[in-house]
Amino acid sequence: MTRKMRSSWALTSALLVSTGVWAEGQSSSLLADTCAGCHGTNGSSVGPASPTIAGMSVETFLEAMKGYRTGTRPSTIMDRLTKGYTEEQIKEMAEYFSKQKFERFPQEVDAAKVKAGKKLADEHCERCHEDGGRKDEDGSGVLAGQWLPYLRFSMEDFQSGAREMPKKMKKAIESMVGEAGPGSIESVVQYYAGQK
Amino acid sequence: MSDLTRRGFMKLTAGATAVGTFGFPFIARGAGKKVVVIGGGAGGSVAAKYIKRADPSIEVTLVEQNTNYYSCFLSNEVLAGDRTLDSLKFGYDNFAKHGIQVIHKTATAIDPVAKKVTLDGGTVLEYDRLVLSPGVDFKYDAIPGYTEAVAQKLPHAWKAGPQTELLRKQLEAMKDGGVVVIGAPADPSRCPPGPYERACQIAHYFKQHKPKSKIIILDAKEKFSKQGLFTEGWTALYGYGTPDSMIEWRPPSAEGKITRVDADAMTVYSGELDGATKADVIAIIPPQMAGKIAQVSGLTNESGWCPVDKATFESTKAKGIHIIGDAAVAAEMPKSAYAANSQAKLAAAAVVASLNGTTMPTPSYVNTCYSLISPDWGISVAGVYRLEGGVIKSVEGSGGVSPAKATPAQRKREVYYAHSWFKNIAHDMFG
Repeated sequence: MTRKMRSSWALTSALLVSTGVWAEGQSSSLLADTCAGCHGTNGSSVGPASPTIAGMSVETFLEAMKGYRTGTRPSTIMDRLTKGYTEEQIKEMAEYFSKQKFERFPQEVDAAKVKAGKKLADEHCERCHEDGGRKDEDGSGVLAGQWLPYLRFSMEDFQSGAREMPKKMKKAIESMVGEAGPGSIESVVQYYAGQK
Repeated sequence: MSDLTRRGFMKLTAGATAVGTFGFPFIARGAGKKVVVIGGGAGGSVAAKYIKRADPSIEVTLVEQNTNYYSCFLSNEVLAGDRTLDSLKFGYDNFAKHGIQVIHKTATAIDPVAKKVTLDGGTVLEYDRLVLSPGVDFKYDAIPGYTEAVAQKLPHAWKAGPQTELLRKQLEAMKDGGVVVIGAPADPSRCPPGPYERACQIAHYFKQHKPKSKIIILDAKEKFSKQGLFTEGWTALYGYGTPDSMIEWRPPSAEGKITRVDADAMTVYSGELDGATKADVIAIIPPQMAGKIAQVSGLTNESGWCPVDKATFESTKAKGIHIIGDAAVAAEMPKSAYAANSQAKLAAAAVVASLNGTTMPTPSYVNTCYSLISPDWGISVAGVYRLEGGVIKSVEGSGGVSPAKATPAQRKREVYYAHSWFKNIAHDMFG
């Protein structure tokens, strides 16, 4: 167990006591804690593939859960799980996870691809995925430090059409692949995964 | 005083004689809140952590008889030769940093009235609340010819560690063309899909190294968890349904229920006709019951498992003791590591609420179980539950198993997620 992995635990006591999350009748912590088995303690996954959900904006969280629930967003298991919660419960979880810190763990990335990916991301992705994919605005999600296999799965689903892309994203990707070839996708996801 | 304690104190003075929502009055123990957790596995380790996390002022002591924990989940990959046992080995070093004291001794007795736990060697621990997560013990008197001593020759490997190693060594030593018998128990049992995943992982190993070998599952059940999905995988990968099938499944209606074992003759007898199956490796998973400490402390019922209040997991046989994980009667939740993890968090919330005189959160429970049919083929079962009329019920329209006829890409993703589940749950327990 690395020091980095331990820190997600060290953070929690301080976080909960200081923000008073543990209030009487408080269900959101309990609701959210049941997700830890796959998404990590406090929502920061230790990998290799299940995504970190900590630090996601409420908007992104709600959109994702709605997508899973209605089947418009592909999943292997999330569709079955989201159907178990009421809208109110999902909102509580969204609020809870938005307040958690996205902990980044070291990932195996290819340095050359990361370098290429940074250039490509700066040019094609940064406008919506600001600050190297750290900023989650208008449902852009947090890409920086997300697990590489998960980023790959997401891009596969976007490109196959199984998952809908915003028009701006579709254009940006078409433009990027047009200029830099299909391998540019892998470079970009490696860049984001490698972010610390 | 922290905000938490002050709020708790005010609530107590306002309604000191009020009966709590679940029928037990929450009596203030005043200063000094002590919790003892017995069992440092999938349930206990998490209960200890989450109690401390919610209220660092509570003194938490974890009693775990083993210095290391070997995770039984994913141990079937060790049998296939795809994973080391070492990768499943965990220690308790991180608990100190969370302010939890770990005592590596066996709990031998619980006095629910005096609120004391006695440990092997004589140490006595006092508690205000006890969380008991003792796992399972085996009913060694259930199958004639199968005893605790016999289990050293015919490993169940239903607790990981030396048993897993023993079974793997036997599989490695077996000649090509040999026969393995897996004895699958009746419900309720720890890890319902486990025996079938075991057959898969052994078949995966045989397919590469001993392709003429056979696996026979002698089952005490007429149907099993994720059966449709396992059958689909067996058919695609291991010749199921053909004369050359590597895996054979015999339910009771096909003479599959084990009647007795002759370990010296390496023969298992089954069915009404008491038919004999001679084998090179015999891995019988015997019927189970709640861990010994629960039995000797009067916390079990006739079924051998521990009845609990489903909202708090407080024992219905003794106040102040919360029993979680495999040992508890928690249907519709299966006896799984994830269920233990989920129940641990609920019990932790109940313990903290009762010690501070605050309201219990609304219960919510989850289970997700992955099974690996091959290194490229994963399947899962999910469940989201809520409390309805004092009973744990699956939320209608939710949960269920992976879709049938999924694409290879989807099945491969489930393998990635199975490994992610393992790493994250292990971190939740030991991180």
